[in-house]
Amino acid sequence: MSGRRGARQPARFLLAATTIAILAFLVAPIVVVLPLSLSSGELLTLPVPGYSLRWYRDFFTSDQWLLATRNSFVVGIATAVVATVLGTLGALGVFLGRFRGKALLVGLLSTPMVVPVVVTAAAVYFAFALVGLNNTLTGLVLAHTVLSVPYVLITVLATLQTFDRNLLKAAATLGAPPHVAFVRVVLPSIAPGVATGALFAFATSFDELIVALFVASPAQFTLPRQMFAGLREFLSPTIAAAAVLLIGCSLVLLALNEWVRARANARTRPATASEDRA
Amino acid sequence: MASRTHLAAAALIAPVALLVVATFVVPLAVALHTAIANPEVRETLPATSAALAGWDGAGLPPEAAYAAVSRELADAQERQQIGPLARRLNFEQTGLRALLLKTARAHAGLAPPYRDALAALDPRWADPALWRLLKRNASATTPLYLLRSVDLTLTPAGDVARAPADEAIFLRLFGRTFEISLWVTLLCVLIAYPAAYTMARLPQRWANVALTLVLVPFWTSILVRTTAWFILLQREGPVNALLLALGVVEAPVAMIFNRFAVYVAMVHVLLPFAILPLYSVMKGIDPAYARAAASLGAPPWRRFLRVTLPLSMPGVAAAALMVFMLAVGFYITPSLVGGPDDQMVSTFIAFYTNNTINWGMSAALATLLLAATAAIVVVARYALPGVSAKGIRL
Repeated sequence: MSGRRGARQPARFLLAATTIAILAFLVAPIVVVLPLSLSSGELLTLPVPGYSLRWYRDFFTSDQWLLATRNSFVVGIATAVVATVLGTLGALGVFLGRFRGKALLVGLLSTPMVVPVVVTAAAVYFAFALVGLNNTLTGLVLAHTVLSVPYVLITVLATLQTFDRNLLKAAATLGAPPHVAFVRVVLPSIAPGVATGALFAFATSFDELIVALFVASPAQFTLPRQMFAGLREFLSPTIAAAAVLLIGCSLVLLALNEWVRARANARTRPATASEDRA
Repeated sequence: MASRTHLAAAALIAPVALLVVATFVVPLAVALHTAIANPEVRETLPATSAALAGWDGAGLPPEAAYAAVSRELADAQERQQIGPLARRLNFEQTGLRALLLKTARAHAGLAPPYRDALAALDPRWADPALWRLLKRNASATTPLYLLRSVDLTLTPAGDVARAPADEAIFLRLFGRTFEISLWVTLLCVLIAYPAAYTMARLPQRWANVALTLVLVPFWTSILVRTTAWFILLQREGPVNALLLALGVVEAPVAMIFNRFAVYVAMVHVLLPFAILPLYSVMKGIDPAYARAAASLGAPPWRRFLRVTLPLSMPGVAAAALMVFMLAVGFYITPSLVGGPDDQMVSTFIAFYTNNTINWGMSAALATLLLAATAAIVVVARYALPGVSAKGIRL
């Protein structure tokens, strides 16, 4: 960081400018959607002729968009709950168990993360066709759960790294049955990992389109699926309004996640908070 | 004690393992099976299949086969179940759909011997090649879908041959998929590197601001970000409006439904996946190394080339692998902002599943895409440094 500053100034300036440009490239498209969604005109172009909330009114009075919103939240919350419970229990089992091939097991349970989603979606569609789960919300939740459970498993396993096994022995010595030890001893210390996993599971489901494209019929359309259908038909500014609402949800999830992380950091290292992010 | 722990661990892992098996492993197995399954002839024409089982494939089959096929086609037509069979055999040889439907309709007016009646109806029934094709497809499995996915086909005699030019589109499709993925990976790493390098050297407060700017798109759905580009790059969209207003161009530029749009939007979508691992690796590089190099008289460029760059290679590898694997399976972005010549394998998997109902082709393409991804992961694990689940002791 220190040293002969004068000689390196142009290089540093270039690097800083490049970085600012890259960050602007990342954020600009997301920001530009906001004024477009507030346009009073029919065309999605800048500058907008005037500002109005008509496209948001359109969104909130449309049966299709409202159904999609409801489906998205139902499926997202159900996915988050199931994935978090199963993933946390699984991580605990991996952590407590003493057997060979743990890395292999975790690797196998995480494969849905590395297989291209379109392959999983097509496979799930063929299999669901055999048991009648296509075109049901249950099917959508199951498929979203299998996509998001690896994140829960891995984040909870990562938090368990800092968990002291002796605490469990201490709890047992003091007469706590396993479930009490879990709720009173384990859960509080892995809570940040569980919360992050749950948020990620919800976000995965909430943003997911490809599985929905295969297994959902219009009655199960989620917000991304409804948006995709809209883009294919006719580019109405209502889509921009829906995009802004989805961005808003993502920002809330991101903020919650950062809050969880900040709290966890503050607890483990009161002196040097928020050091390792991402 | 030990066995109780074992039992508890097994009980804790069982639910998630069951979920993954039931909604992931089994479906993948079903997909692999769908890629080679061949139920149509066996199920719709069981008696014909049986009659052909005893036929040696030389000359014409016995009268029993003719009688059976005529009756069973008419039956299937009446039960409205002839569709899948007609579609399946037409995929095998264009034109067979019409022949089957014609034969089914004609049955009521035909009289034995059916060998002569069918031959009179259509000369193809007097051609042993058609019967060999039927006999071959009475088998429970077929390699045809997988062969088609690599631009091969089966001749009526059952030999493997090159597919006709208008059907040989898949090798090019896989080639294009890897080409787009490689370019996107290269662009992402090249763009992410300087950003991550700068961010890792910023004071913590500013690093956090920059990181938030990376995390916002990271958490924003891929569809939303693609939608943003879909709107921005329109002919009447904001980018064209800006270029026109600035006088850079005189008429709107075609920026959407082409490769340019695919690259811009895919790089935008995948960039955070490259910046985050690069940042975390660069953050972990001890500045003492660079100071040591400086104290030994290395100029800045040399310090970068000999110290920072090699130490950051695990981050480059992780970022590249992550981006490439996500890119190979991309569907949303190319299908929305790309043109017909920019579509990737995923588009065809979705097309064969949802539009033309040909599950065999869609399953075969999915199988090949899966195999290609697995090969990449395996090669990357051995070839690239430091690509593994870091930091988790098991």
